[in-house]
Amino acid sequence: MTDDRVAVVRIRTPEGVPFSFPLASPVTRLAAWAIDKMVVTAAWSAISTLVRLVGLLSVDFSLGLAVVGYLVVSVGYAIALEWRWGGQTLGKRLLHLRVMDEHGLPLRFSQVVVRNLLRPLDALPGAYLVGGVTATVSAKAQRVGDIAAATIVVHEPPAAAAGLARLQPSKYNSLRAQRHVVARLRDHTSPALAHATLRAVLGRDHFDPDARVQLFSQLAEHFRAVASVPPELSEGIADEQFVRNVVEVLFLRPETATPAPEAMAVR
Amino acid sequence: MIVDLSRFVAAEEPQWSRLEAVLTALKADPWRQLSLAEVRELDLLYRRASADLARLTGFTGEREMRQRLEQLVARAYAEIHGGRGARRVRFRPWHWFSVTLPRTFRRNLGCMLFALAVTAAGMIFGGVAVAVDPGAKDVIMPFPHLVGDPRERVAEEEQAIGDRLAGHKATFAGELMAHNIQVTLLVLALGMTFGVGTIIMVFYNGVMLGAIVVDYLLAGEPAFLFGWLLPHGIIEIPAMLVGAQAGFLLARSLLGRGDGRRIGTRLRSVADDVATLAGGASLMLIWAGMMESYFSQYHEPVLPYAMKIGIGLAEGTLLVFFYGFVGRRAADPEAAND
Repeated sequence: MTDDRVAVVRIRTPEGVPFSFPLASPVTRLAAWAIDKMVVTAAWSAISTLVRLVGLLSVDFSLGLAVVGYLVVSVGYAIALEWRWGGQTLGKRLLHLRVMDEHGLPLRFSQVVVRNLLRPLDALPGAYLVGGVTATVSAKAQRVGDIAAATIVVHEPPAAAAGLARLQPSKYNSLRAQRHVVARLRDHTSPALAHATLRAVLGRDHFDPDARVQLFSQLAEHFRAVASVPPELSEGIADEQFVRNVVEVLFLRPETATPAPEAMAVR
Repeated sequence: MIVDLSRFVAAEEPQWSRLEAVLTALKADPWRQLSLAEVRELDLLYRRASADLARLTGFTGEREMRQRLEQLVARAYAEIHGGRGARRVRFRPWHWFSVTLPRTFRRNLGCMLFALAVTAAGMIFGGVAVAVDPGAKDVIMPFPHLVGDPRERVAEEEQAIGDRLAGHKATFAGELMAHNIQVTLLVLALGMTFGVGTIIMVFYNGVMLGAIVVDYLLAGEPAFLFGWLLPHGIIEIPAMLVGAQAGFLLARSLLGRGDGRRIGTRLRSVADDVATLAGGASLMLIWAGMMESYFSQYHEPVLPYAMKIGIGLAEGTLLVFFYGFVGRRAADPEAAND
């Protein structure tokens, strides 16, 4: 299943292999920025305490240091962290965002500097309006600083367990021994439907009870029809269990009935 | 046709895991130099993972597996094709200051000359406006104390008793540095408006400068004018022009006249120069802030104008020497682009 609302940047390697990065939405980026703003505020309140101690020696010097120090901390925070953490600040790390070169190449220090030095322009005339509008209309969701530095901000979802790893095989599966039925099921099931069915089985708890009964009823009816399943193979079996049996024979190795972690039905 | 790929995955998984381990090791130590054997292994693993990804492309299911393989290929692609990334930069401050910065300035001299021309146009406009219509000062002058008669201000400054900045020189210097750096960075950033914003800012700065210069010259106060402006202005104004130079560099890349490369590629290629010029302008403004606070604000009889003008001219000479000649002979691949 893919979410069509998520914009992606596709890159083709010189070897001709495409890969893609899901782009971070402006809203998520705004949330990361808000976190970073809070971090800078907190960090500055700690640092300013030290700066005030300098005031014991010279109040004038401590005030001058505070003015320049805030500028350095507010600009330097993002530059230092994005440089050190490969394109992430604390806010971006918490929200699984990362700044990348728009061609998928490693981020250079100068790119980090340029995208952060252009923040004042993105912040015009207030509340990051220029940057927000630019990111919204840009094909790669780039604010002006990103365009200047040729960078993008991508969403890096944490690695999830592969779906099949979570599929527990049943002890009894009436379909498993019926190789001709299994062959017909595989022959008449597209990869899209197979994976949608797998998702339905794995995500059963997310459905309302009525919707779940209806969904599995329709799926079971479909599979029985396309594979001409003899009635005795599904007698006394709930629709959901029947669909689960179908998923098992589609995705798991028949000889062992053990989950093959990355097994895939391919039409 | 239905194909069970479990065997395929079982066969390839060790290669993917090995590739992941190599990439993780490289990430942990970005400065590590790979041996020839390790480079070959990385290349082999990358090509194999790419081929695996190509075989899986087009399948709608098992998104996690494809995502994992895409991430692996993307990381390996960046490692192999990207050269030195952000974390691999070993910053050498002295080399940057004495070689990279002046060379970058010279390499982009055209943008600086354009910034100078815009400033000169603004100065002529401002100077003529004040000469023809003294009332224009109300609109042009940036600070209230510049609106009045220059002779009155000079008399007031020269009769000042005591140090008006005593006890807050450092604060004043800090405020000047922070404000001027922010303005200069905005001038730079406005290069992304295809240079229009940068031109407006630089032109307006020229208008103010021209108006002040003509106003004080017409009032017969050249010694005060140059004694007041030169010690800090000889660095501060060029610093803003360096910011504008970087802005025009961005604008030129955006416009891309006669350049067949894509916009992202063009902008990426000037990122090093823009960052370097921004750093140079910031350093200049730190110096200018110190001079303005600790030196420029003191006039005769406290400090003789001849001395102030002399120091200003000396700074200007050093600045021209620095950007014009420093770093020319250093043995460095950059020399080829100088």
